[in-house]
Amino acid sequence: MFKRKIVLSLFLLLIATSLWAQGAKMVTIERGTFVPLYGATNKTPVEVKSFYIDVYPVTNAEFQAFLKKYPENTRSKMKGIFADKSYLSHWESDFNYGKGNLSNAPVTNISWFAAKKYCECQGGRLPTMDEWEYVAMADEKRIDARTKESFNKYIMSWYEKPNTYANPVGETFKNYWGVYDMHGLVWEWTSDFNSIFLSGESRKDKDSDKNLFCGSASVNATDLMNYAAFMRYAFRGSLKARYTTKNLGFRCAKDKITVSKTNLKSKK
Amino acid sequence: MKLNTTNTPSLFRKKESLKSIFRFNTIIFLVVTSLLLSLQSCNKKAESPKEEEKPISELSIYNLPSKWTTQDGKDIEMKDMKGKVLVMVMIYTSCKAACPRLVADMRNIESRIPKKIKDNVKFVLVSIDPEVDTPKRLKSFAIENKMESDQWVFLRSTEENTREFAAVLAVNYKKIDPVDFSHSNIISVFNAEGELAYQQEGLGLNSDETISKITEEAGKLK
Repeated sequence: MFKRKIVLSLFLLLIATSLWAQGAKMVTIERGTFVPLYGATNKTPVEVKSFYIDVYPVTNAEFQAFLKKYPENTRSKMKGIFADKSYLSHWESDFNYGKGNLSNAPVTNISWFAAKKYCECQGGRLPTMDEWEYVAMADEKRIDARTKESFNKYIMSWYEKPNTYANPVGETFKNYWGVYDMHGLVWEWTSDFNSIFLSGESRKDKDSDKNLFCGSASVNATDLMNYAAFMRYAFRGSLKARYTTKNLGFRCAKDKITVSKTNLKSKK
Repeated sequence: MKLNTTNTPSLFRKKESLKSIFRFNTIIFLVVTSLLLSLQSCNKKAESPKEEEKPISELSIYNLPSKWTTQDGKDIEMKDMKGKVLVMVMIYTSCKAACPRLVADMRNIESRIPKKIKDNVKFVLVSIDPEVDTPKRLKSFAIENKMESDQWVFLRSTEENTREFAAVLAVNYKKIDPVDFSHSNIISVFNAEGELAYQQEGLGLNSDETISKITEEAGKLK
């Protein structure tokens, strides 16, 4: 009996640790292709492989728990090369997000290094820009709602709304994949945010700029869609990895481990 | 499980206890390994740096734990170059457009550095295309471009480390087709502590300021 109890409790502990290690709730994003505003040469669709992504952005409470485990990332310990002075500056102290912030509001004032580290410690990574944009183009019903006027208007109206970063996660719409808050709450870091060229350095990404600024006079759905996406790419293009701002948070992604062919064969 | 079903009923009791011991051990094993794994997953960065005379400054690139391979196949960390002034640029060897000019700029800078301080300076070319730029390839690139003396260091690492290093240098890059990359044309100067001292942005500039900064920083060293 005694042994059984030990076995049972150890088993429960195992479940608990495995749940804890997995961290936040994730959903599967199926593979697909799309043409992002930037990054696709000659409008060739980009392939996004199947992966997992957090349902919600990482919250204050979650980040606080992370800091308790990895205190080298607290405000006072964080090295200047990895985060600027405003890193977590809205928190009350090193380990306390304080009364002024909701536990389930997205954590912001986070540098790319801190976000990356957090995801690595959950066994994940930051989503790539293509992955993020792929998930973000879905509305409640469709995988790609980018040409839908009401969808774009929703995104644009958020861009005008101040201080949404103080809201709790999960209050915007649930999209096709079951993911919340891709629009309407905070901007989010991506792993390859530093792959954008808006300053005239690049040779091939320029066309879309020109189209946006010197395009036809009428504003149609495609213009709105491009404008909404352009805002995101321009914002990312303006960032440096140590920057932190109060409207910029993040969520994590994870590779989907696919069973390789050799594995299948050996089972037969 | 299969093993158990083949056992005879007379062994039932023994089997049961064996089973629970077996289960007990497996579970302990699983718990321990999962704990170890979860600890390991991100501790690669938490490695405490060896106590040296002087702690690494907050803004130093020597805080980066990433491992790199040189054109000679040697594995190094950035901090192995501590104590030298570093002139760094990110390139890829199959590049036909901007990189040859960036490389030319680097060579131009190198040739204009006063001889007496040259030993205090390293010129580092970091590949943004680690898949193609193997140490061997970097070596032949160094030979082709007459960058064979000790001053020249070519580095490659994983894609992730490269992306991180670019983020530190504020270099943006993106693969735009199977061969080519778009990338920022930035030459960065780091002082002996690994802190960014100066950045030259653009191609074919006269590099006067870059050279005077390198000379200034290298002059501080013995």
